[in-house]
Amino acid sequence: MEMNNKRKNCRPRKISRRGFIQGTALGLASLAIPVGSADASVWEAFFQKHFREMNDDEKKAVIKRMEKEYSERYGRDLTIKTTNAEPGVLFGYGLDLSRCIGCRRCVYACVRENNQSRDPQIHWISVLEFEKGEKWINDLEGSDKYYNPDEVPEDGFFYMPVQCQQCENPPCVRACPTQATWKEPDGIVVIDYNWCIGCRYCMAACPYGARRFNWGHPRIARSELNTETHYLGNRPRSVGVVEKCTFCIQRTRGENGRYPACVEICPVGARKFGNLLDPDSEIRYIIENKRVFRLKEDLNTFPKFYYFFAT
Amino acid sequence: MYMRPILILAFLVVTGGFFGSAIADDGIPRFFVPPPPFSEGIFPCSQCHEGMPANHERRELSFHSEIDESFNHAKEQRWCLDCHNANDRDKLRSVSGQLITFEESYFLCGQCHGTIFRDWKAGVHGKRTGEWNGKRTYRLCVHCHNPHSPRFKPLKPLPPPLKPNEIQHRKLNDDEIPLNPIGDIR
Repeated sequence: MEMNNKRKNCRPRKISRRGFIQGTALGLASLAIPVGSADASVWEAFFQKHFREMNDDEKKAVIKRMEKEYSERYGRDLTIKTTNAEPGVLFGYGLDLSRCIGCRRCVYACVRENNQSRDPQIHWISVLEFEKGEKWINDLEGSDKYYNPDEVPEDGFFYMPVQCQQCENPPCVRACPTQATWKEPDGIVVIDYNWCIGCRYCMAACPYGARRFNWGHPRIARSELNTETHYLGNRPRSVGVVEKCTFCIQRTRGENGRYPACVEICPVGARKFGNLLDPDSEIRYIIENKRVFRLKEDLNTFPKFYYFFAT
Repeated sequence: MYMRPILILAFLVVTGGFFGSAIADDGIPRFFVPPPPFSEGIFPCSQCHEGMPANHERRELSFHSEIDESFNHAKEQRWCLDCHNANDRDKLRSVSGQLITFEESYFLCGQCHGTIFRDWKAGVHGKRTGEWNGKRTYRLCVHCHNPHSPRFKPLKPLPPPLKPNEIQHRKLNDDEIPLNPIGDIR
């Protein structure tokens, strides 16, 4: 009652030195309340550094903690790599629009490889269907991504899969207020899911609609979990973070870099991948010999995703 | 100054030996292809054709009737023995009479489809699996195209994404989580 009166009178509350010190001590003590070994990891996660500011030992400690957390959550052992970008490598992607038949194998191979949530459903690749002869490249809204005939390709239609274009000048990176997303030296735009605060500014900034948000707790059947993961790539995400294509960073980085999952699944061989800095690479052959365009080039995002026509 | 060309030559010899194993003189990378996709028990052809007289006539085939029915590859211009070799049935033959094994059937296809063959050699036409910076597996033309009816066959598309209004907030037990419709497709 006494306090209420004071508030009503708008008089500043006087705190004695002793009271202040006692209060501070109590406050600090309350911060440290969860002291059990399980709760300790909560605090470690809370004070975890930004990925690019961690040294190798700190990364190791973080990976160890995460592998434990994931194995508790999924009942399976995961490995989380932190493989760095190789010098002299800049990844580029080619997609042959004259071959794609819209079968959506890539969509679900990506889901399998990259541990996207099955429920609520998240897909990193959208395959757009366009009517032949219609205005299309500046009017993506006119496309249909829910087509479902018995067989593809449908007569009179063509298909354009869209995923993260790995821009050299990525607008999403500039929009991020916490620097949770950035462009790696090999050109892959990555996300530190532990630094993402879920504001979705990057999604608003991306002109390709390539980013996805975890509106709910991502659910994956244990048996379908891909346990070969990368910190910046396909490790399981949590609710409230943004995710997107990383050119399968867990596969493509390293000495024996494999093709991304979407490249390997494509039954018509429309998807191509390689090093833009290697003059003998498949992607360089495409850029030098085929009719190539990049999506929404006029926005100066400089995508490293090249659509081409081989025929 | 005189050392330099020698060094370059030495470098070329060393690296040539290294890359030479990957790319042969014909420009075709030897990484390479799985065996040809024969129907079971059909190869070697000589197991039946040995001793059979070669018949060049265009006719209704009795044994290979399924090929006769689906044959749709410049049908008016060609018949069996224009590509299959009459005297040694386990080989194919180019228009110039050169014998080609089934493992290298791309030389046969490449006679007409030269631009595609060029793209295939460069790694641009056709499916590749393996390593983008190392060992990778090519496919023969016939792994994707039936040589007698080469147009790529239509496929059933995997299911479309859910529309936003179809996505519900629900609690699922582990065994209720939807499975990936791609199943075992590799």
